[in-house]
Amino acid sequence: MSAFVALLARDVRLATRAGGSAMLALAFFAAVATLVPFGIGSEPKLLARVAAGIVWIAAVLAGLLALDRLFQADYEDGSLDLLALSPVSFEGIAAAKIAAHWLTTGLPLTILSPLLALLLNLPTKAYITLFVSLLVGTSAISAIGGVAAALTLSIRRGGLLLPLLVLPLLTPALIFGAGAVLAKLDRIENGAIWFLAAFSAVAVLLSPFLTAAALRFNLAE
Amino acid sequence: MGALPPVIFVEAERLACVRGGRPVFRDVSFRLERGQALVVEGPNGSGKTSLLRLIAGLLAPADGTVSFSSGAARADDGEERGRFVGWLGHNDASKPQLTAAESLRFFARLYDATGDSIPALLETVGLSRAAALPCQYLSAGQKRRLGLARLKLCGRPVWLLDEPLASLDSAGKSLLLDFVREHLAAGGLAVIATHDPLDLEAARLQLT
Repeated sequence: MSAFVALLARDVRLATRAGGSAMLALAFFAAVATLVPFGIGSEPKLLARVAAGIVWIAAVLAGLLALDRLFQADYEDGSLDLLALSPVSFEGIAAAKIAAHWLTTGLPLTILSPLLALLLNLPTKAYITLFVSLLVGTSAISAIGGVAAALTLSIRRGGLLLPLLVLPLLTPALIFGAGAVLAKLDRIENGAIWFLAAFSAVAVLLSPFLTAAALRFNLAE
Repeated sequence: MGALPPVIFVEAERLACVRGGRPVFRDVSFRLERGQALVVEGPNGSGKTSLLRLIAGLLAPADGTVSFSSGAARADDGEERGRFVGWLGHNDASKPQLTAAESLRFFARLYDATGDSIPALLETVGLSRAAALPCQYLSAGQKRRLGLARLKLCGRPVWLLDEPLASLDSAGKSLLLDFVREHLAAGGLAVIATHDPLDLEAARLQLT
């Protein structure tokens, strides 16, 4: 367990140090979300309607940003060999790195999201729904992204392939996440948030095993 | 230094390796007992690194078996074997943002190693002045010394060293040999792949 925590702590530290991916993802998230009104016009009613969708798309894209280096950096510098020989199983390695990815991207994005919601004129009654949907849904981004990152590990320019693998799989999260906020705005009870929670739970539970299988395959290649 | 988990012998039988559809070597067999070292020699591309990866269980053999025996128990499975391996590969596995001391502390926790004190170890490998320096500012030789410190810290019984002399100065080379001799004297085992002549009493394995 202490080895698992050590790996998690190292990855969080690497992501938050200078040149790490955490601040980059956060800045990218804010940049995408603030750019959209320039493209679609700043009509407040329109923005209020699309705010949740924009924030969600920005979160998905920002989450992808650091994913391609999730395992590749360790693979290239030989760290992955040393991780593989450590007492931590491949499943443990996968879970620690995916958790670290969520802690350094998904969680900060979620915390920043009310500010962007304010910028995009989202009605205040929907803030909590947006916050909760991101809190739950960003874990699916890290979980599914982890599998794809492990699959594309040994591919040169795998970072370009990765979004193509991840984005279709994340469609349900986007639909339920943004859908939950829209339902709140329209005062409908559609249970989207529960579907999102179920989707994230399945992704988070399966991901370490699928990621570990992909790591084993790529390392022994 | 903490007591090594006892690996009594390492045995490889008729190992064959295929990389990218091309046979690299076949029929490689050896047996290594406690306190013994094996030096693997051969030209570039003869499969020295692949052999080490096979032994560590990082790579699956195309044919043949590797087993570690610790008394009654035998570890044939690759991931089981990995738990006994101290690895020094040609990549140094140091993160540019972490300092030398942080890097060692991480590996100590990861490998649950409690034997050596990290400042003392950094002193031994001549890195005490660089301890607080991020690894991106270390030279290739310093990174290799850091790798040596990590190897010793992890306290594994079977050392697999891939070109360990690369980028080390003459003091570094003798430091490496001291480490290996000390390890063997404590009942450890070592397989060393190298081009350079090693001043070490060891069995030789020539790959072609």
